[in-house]
Amino acid sequence: MSTILQIALVLLASPLLPGVITRTKARVAGRSGPPILQVYFDIAKLLRKGTVLSSTTTWLFLAGPAIAVIVPLLASLLLPLAGAQAPIAFAGDLIVFVYLFALSRFFTTAAALDTGSAFEGMGAARELTFASLAEPALFFGLLALARISHTLTLSSLLTVGRAQWQHASAALVLIIASWFIVLLAENSRVPFDDPNTHLELTMIHEVMVLDHSGPPLGLILYGSAMKLFVFSVLIVDVMLPRTGTPIVDAAATLAAVLAVGVVIGLIESAMARLRLVRVPQLLITASLVAGFAVVLVLR
Amino acid sequence: MSATLVLIGIALLMTSGLPALLKSGNQKPETRSAPLHQNVRRSEALLPSAFCLLLLIAGAIIGLAGCAVGLFAATTQITLPWLVPGGAMHLRVDALSAFFAAPVFLLAGVGGLYAEKYWPAARGRAGYVRAFFGLMTGALALVMTAANTLLFLAAWEIVAGASFFLIATKHKDGEARRAGWIYLASSHVATLALFAVVGLLHMLTRTWAFTPLASGTAALPAGHALFWLAIIAFGIKAGLMPLHVWLPGAHAAAPTHVSAVMSGVVIKMGIYGLVRVLSLFDVVPSTFGVTLLLAGIASSILGVAFALAQHDLKRLLAYHSIENIGIIVTGLGIGLIAQAHGQPLIALLGYAGALLHVWNHGLFKALLFLSAGAAIHATHTREIDRMGGLGRLMPWTSAAFLAGAVAITGLPPLNGFVSELLLYIAGFMSTTTPSRGGPILLLILVVPALALTGALALACFVKAFGAVFLGTPRTADAAHASEAPRTMRLAMLPLVAGCAAIGLIPATLAPLLGRVIGIAAPRLVQPRSLVSLLQPIQTTALIIAAVAAIAVLAVMVATRRAATAVTWDCGYAQPTPRMQYTASSTARGLVGFFSWAMPPVVHEPRPFPLFPAAAAFESHVPDTVLDRALLPSLRGIQWFLGFARYFQHGRVQLYLLYLVVTLVVLLAWSAR
Repeated sequence: MSTILQIALVLLASPLLPGVITRTKARVAGRSGPPILQVYFDIAKLLRKGTVLSSTTTWLFLAGPAIAVIVPLLASLLLPLAGAQAPIAFAGDLIVFVYLFALSRFFTTAAALDTGSAFEGMGAARELTFASLAEPALFFGLLALARISHTLTLSSLLTVGRAQWQHASAALVLIIASWFIVLLAENSRVPFDDPNTHLELTMIHEVMVLDHSGPPLGLILYGSAMKLFVFSVLIVDVMLPRTGTPIVDAAATLAAVLAVGVVIGLIESAMARLRLVRVPQLLITASLVAGFAVVLVLR
Repeated sequence: MSATLVLIGIALLMTSGLPALLKSGNQKPETRSAPLHQNVRRSEALLPSAFCLLLLIAGAIIGLAGCAVGLFAATTQITLPWLVPGGAMHLRVDALSAFFAAPVFLLAGVGGLYAEKYWPAARGRAGYVRAFFGLMTGALALVMTAANTLLFLAAWEIVAGASFFLIATKHKDGEARRAGWIYLASSHVATLALFAVVGLLHMLTRTWAFTPLASGTAALPAGHALFWLAIIAFGIKAGLMPLHVWLPGAHAAAPTHVSAVMSGVVIKMGIYGLVRVLSLFDVVPSTFGVTLLLAGIASSILGVAFALAQHDLKRLLAYHSIENIGIIVTGLGIGLIAQAHGQPLIALLGYAGALLHVWNHGLFKALLFLSAGAAIHATHTREIDRMGGLGRLMPWTSAAFLAGAVAITGLPPLNGFVSELLLYIAGFMSTTTPSRGGPILLLILVVPALALTGALALACFVKAFGAVFLGTPRTADAAHASEAPRTMRLAMLPLVAGCAAIGLIPATLAPLLGRVIGIAAPRLVQPRSLVSLLQPIQTTALIIAAVAAIAVLAVMVATRRAATAVTWDCGYAQPTPRMQYTASSTARGLVGFFSWAMPPVVHEPRPFPLFPAAAAFESHVPDTVLDRALLPSLRGIQWFLGFARYFQHGRVQLYLLYLVVTLVVLLAWSAR
C-alpha cells in the first residue's frame, strides 16, 4: 500500500517541483509566470513528438535518457516517503542510493559524448568534474548520520528523532546545509548552473542534452524533475518527524518538498550564477562542512 | 585430487608454447610484404600454433577444474622429488590458493585464445610470445599453490623472467626496452626482499614450508622486519604506490593479451604473497593494518588521478591497476585493524571486499585490456585522441569495453559494485562502534576515499570510453577500423559473463568467501555468514538490471522510426571530427586539482612573429615517483659512483700498481 502510494507520489508529483520554483521566481520578480503545471504540459507535448537522432550516435545516446528516468525512481524506493520504512530497505542501501546516481551520470555523460559535439563534450566534462567533488559531501553526511543513528539503513538513518536533534543538533544543521549545496549542484540549479540561460558555453546539464529531441528529451525533463524531487526528499526526511501513517507522512513530505522548492526559487531570485572557476570551491566547502559534522559526532 | 589437477594444468600451461618455438626458429621478423609467401608460411605455422592453443586451453580447463574442487573440497597436496637442497616440489591447494589460482587459469586460456588472432603465427616472434606466455602463466599458478618457500621463490623468479621477455617483445622500440629494464630492476629489488622474507621465515620456523609462526612473533624485531620486507617485496610486485614505478610502462609496452594477464593476475601474486605471509602470524598488530590502510588509500586516489591524466589507452588502464590494488590493500588494512580491535564483523567485511575485488579486478581489467587491444589493433595507435567513433564500427568490442568500464567504476549492477560495497559497509560500520578514538576510527577514512576514487574513476572511464568509442573517428585510421575477429570477441565473452554473474548473484559466493577468509585469517571468528548481507544486494542488483534493460529497450523501440540528421552542434552545419571535445580536455579540470602531486609537462610554443608559422601544443603528465624522484636520484648515485672510474680505467700496469701498493700497506700494517 505505502509502496504504491510512494511510487505514485514520485511519478505524479515530481514535475510540480520545477513549477513551484519557476512560480516563486516569477512572483519575486513581479511577474505572473507560466502555469504551475507547465512541466507536465512540456513532458506531454514532447512525448507526442517525433525524434531526430544525430547520425553519429549509437544506442548509448538513447540509453542516457532511459537510465536518467529510472534511476531517480529506483532511488526513491530506498527513501522513506510514505510511512516509516522505505519499500526497499537493508543494511548498506545508502551506498546503493549514491551509486544509482553515479550510474545515471555515467550514461548521461556518455550519451552527451556520443554526439561528437564540442558543446556537449564540454557539458559532460563539467558534470563529471563537479560531481566528483560533490560525492564526498554526500558520503560525509551519511557517515555522520550513521554515527548518530547507529544504523546503515537509509530508512532508519534518515528518521532523526527528538533525542538525536537535542544530542547532535549542530551536526544535523551542518549536514542539511551541506546536502542543500549538493542538491543545488547535482540538479544544476543556481549558483552552479542557470537552467534559464541558453548560452551553451556556460551551462552544465542543459548543454549535455542539446541533441536530444522528442520523447527522449521528455524523459530527460521528467528524470531531472524526479531527481530534484528525490534529493529534496532526502533532506526533508532528516528534518521531518514521522507519524507512521502512510497518508499523513506522504502529505507532510510533499508539503515540505514543495517548501524546499520555494526556498530554491528564493535563492535563484536572490543570487546569480557563480563563475565556473568558483564552483569547485563551493563544492569543496560543502564537503568540509559535512566533514565538520562527522568530527562533531565522533568526539 | 585438486592438487593433481592443478599440477597437470600447470605442466600443460608451461609447455604449451614449446611447439610454436620449435617451428618458428628461423622466421623473419615482421614479414608484411609478399602475401603469397606469407600464406605459405601461415599454413606451415598453423599446425604448431593450433597445437599450442589446444595445450593451453586444456591446461586452463584442467587447472580451473582443480581450483573449483580446491575451493569447495578439503585441502589436498602433492609432493614430487626436487633436487634443490631444502626444496620440495610440494603443491598444496587450499581454498586460498585455489581462489588465487582460478583467475590465473581463466585468463591464461582467454589470453591464449585472444592471441590466436591478435598475435597470429605469421607475425614475427609469435613462437617467442607463445612460449613465454605459457611459461609465465604456468609458473604463476605454481606461485599461488607452492607450499615450499623455495619452490615459491623459484616460480616467482620464472614469472619475473618470463614477464621481462614478454614486456621486451617489441625490442626494437626504445620505449619497450626502457620499460623492460625498469621492470627488471624493480623486480630484482622485490626478489631481494623476498629472499630476505624466505630466509626470515626459515629462521623463525626452522622449515622451508609455509608454517604458522610462534605466537608473539609479531612483537619481535624479526616479526617487524618480516612485515616490512614483505611490504617491499609484494608491494613492488603488486604495484602499490609509491612502489609502482615499473607498472605503467610495462603494461603499456607488452602485447595486449600479456598486459591483460599481467594486470589481471600477475600483480595479484603480490597480494597473494602478502595475504599468505600475514596468515602465518597469530596476532597482527594494528600498526601493520594502519600501514596497509594508508598505503592503499594513497594508492587508490593517486592511481586514479594519474590515470585521468593519461592519453595512452594502455597506460591509462595500467594506472587503474594501481588504483584497484590500492582498493584491495585498503580492504586488507580494514581487516587487520578491525581484527586487532575485536570487531570481527568489520574485519570479515574488509577481507571479503578485498578478496572479492581480487577476482573482480582480474575479470574486468582483463576485459578492458582485451577490448582496448582490439581497438588498438584496428586503429594502429594507443593514443586515445586519435581514435573515436569506434562504437559504430566495432559494436561488440565497444559493448565489451562498456561492460568493463561500468564494472571497474563500481556501478551497480556489475561486479565492481559488490566488492566496493562491502568495503563501504565496513567503513560505515566502524562509525557505529562505541569507540571514541584510536585506529578503528581511521576506518572512516575509507568512505570518503572510496567515494572520491569512485567518482574519479567514473570520470576517467567516461572520458576514455567516450573518446575511443563515441563521437566520430578523429583520424583516417580510426575511420577504417573494423570489428575484431571472432576468436578475439569470443575471448572477451567469459569475462563479461563473469562480471555480470558476480554482480547479479553475489550471495552465492558468500560461503566460498567465508572458506577463503578462514585460511587468510585463521584466527578470525566469523560472526555470521555474508549471505544475509549480500542477499538484499543481490535482489536490488537484479531489479536494477531488469528495469534498466527494459527502459533502454523501450526507448530504442519507441524511437526506431526516428529521422536522422547531422549533430546539431548549436547551429554549425558541418561539425568536423576535430571539433569534438578531446579526452585531455575532458579530464583537464580534474587533473588540475592534482597538479600538486603530478605537475604536467607542457610544451606550448608561443606564436610570436607577426605571421606565425604552424605551431603544435603538447602536454603530458610524467610519473612523479619514477621521472621526478627515482630516476634523478639514481642519476645522482650514478654520478657519484662514476668517480670509481678514476681507479678502474683498464690500464693493467696501474692495476698492478694497486696490488703492489695494497700488499706493501698490508705488510707494513702486519709488521707494525
